[in-house]
Amino acid sequence: MPSKHERTRAIEVDLVVEALARRHGYDFSDYAKASLRRRVAALAVTLGCPTISDLLPRLLHDEAILPTVLSTLSVPVTEMFRDPLVFKAIREHILPVLATYPRLNIWQAGSATGEEAYSLAIMLEEAGLLHKVQIYATDINDAAMAKAEEGILPADQIAKYEDAYRKAGGTRTLAQYFSLGYGFAKLSASLKDHISFAHHNLVSDGVFCEVNMVICRNVLIYFDKSLQDHVLGLFEASLSRGGFLCLGSRENLGGSAAAHHFTPLDRELRLFKKSGEAS
Amino acid sequence: MSPRPVVQAVVIGCSAGGIAALHHILPRLPADLPVPVIVVCHTGPSPTDLFSSVLRRDCRLPVMEAPERGTARPGHIYVAPADYHLLMEEDKTFALSADPRVNNARPAIDLLFESAANVWGEGLLAVQLTGANDDGAAGMKEVKAAGGLCLVQDPATATATAMPEAAIATGAADWVAPLDWIAFLITSLCFSSAPAQDCRP
Ligand SMILES: C[S@@+](CC[C@H](N)C(=O)[O-])C[C@H]1O[C@@H](n2cnc3c(N)ncnc32)[C@H](O)[C@@H]1O
Repeated sequence: MPSKHERTRAIEVDLVVEALARRHGYDFSDYAKASLRRRVAALAVTLGCPTISDLLPRLLHDEAILPTVLSTLSVPVTEMFRDPLVFKAIREHILPVLATYPRLNIWQAGSATGEEAYSLAIMLEEAGLLHKVQIYATDINDAAMAKAEEGILPADQIAKYEDAYRKAGGTRTLAQYFSLGYGFAKLSASLKDHISFAHHNLVSDGVFCEVNMVICRNVLIYFDKSLQDHVLGLFEASLSRGGFLCLGSRENLGGSAAAHHFTPLDRELRLFKKSGEAS
Repeated sequence: MSPRPVVQAVVIGCSAGGIAALHHILPRLPADLPVPVIVVCHTGPSPTDLFSSVLRRDCRLPVMEAPERGTARPGHIYVAPADYHLLMEEDKTFALSADPRVNNARPAIDLLFESAANVWGEGLLAVQLTGANDDGAAGMKEVKAAGGLCLVQDPATATATAMPEAAIATGAADWVAPLDWIAFLITSLCFSSAPAQDCRP
């Protein structure tokens, strides 16, 4: 049984969630509670509130608070070529299929600071496809997306990413896609030109275009079952027939309503194909 | 108050030397253990699958990676996947997070302990084993504050002493026991139905 203290905290978190939804239009009520609770506690610390309920007046009356709230509640942690074998499989098994289309739209949902979108752009470039691709990279964290838009990484990350890039089947060098400055590396404009970063909330926003691939990794783990189902439905509706869906290493279609529209391409790597003949 | 099993779930944290310690403890748990056992080990780069497959061979209880949104079931041993935090939800399902490292670790023991304390309160037994940093100490304090039981491996029997020492320093430990006793203590607590305070030494 949770203690009285815990039950009080659960009420406080619920009140914060309600204030955010009704006052600011961001509904976190179907997020998985354990992580959300930690983040709300972190938000209280960030805003100098002694208790979680002290957040309420700030949330209700402070007009300018939303950006801070969104960037604290959604921690944008990402890497280039995270789980290299997934990217290798995309390179080897999905890109050759996508190569047959005249134009390509790719939706990368939950792009955080953009490293995953950059990784995709690099692989598409190496497959000779980038010229016909538009990558839509979306998130609710505008601060993270502003960073993504800049395309700047700390230079000391590049060595680690180079390693992941190799494991993902890369045969060139990442250095050719970045210009090195003092302590930082900047993604070349020719890659970035094919990525548009846009604010999109998976909870409340709908389909915005037809896409050939959805890549959404390590976002569904933060959602409860009902929201996972909703979002998987959104992906299904966005994908063209024969389109590809790529989830995070520990995410599943599970018993979602969308599941029967997909066949696994690689169950282990969470790569799926939308059923129906590829057109 | 009607007597009920003291312990409804066991959470275990370990780091350096942890795999060997787990191999000592987990195969000694009986096949009819009436509670789930949930483990965070800072496995480092070694794949979880390998780790749990070795344990699977030697344990009487089924060993598996904690499945995202799956329920923690009695008589099962669950291991946190590499590179994700493992947390418990109120409905006793597993949640994963890709949040930044906590105490330089992902999975972090503190996150499992704290979230499990929310769920099981006084029905939780937290076990802190060998390890080289202080992850888990803050979590033990939460477990204690929620009325749960805390068992720490005697640092004299640990490969790395920092983690059990940090746990002991919090003052939350109900028992400090040598490695050889830990499986036995876990088992007897899980089968005892006395109120928690009567089990404390
Ligand atoms: C852990 S990051 C994953 C980054 C990247 N996909 C990866 O796996 O490396 C999760 C991201 O999901 C975003 N997110 C959370 N809720 C969202 C929502 N409702 N709509 C869109 N993005 C969301 C967060 O802002 C964060 O950037």
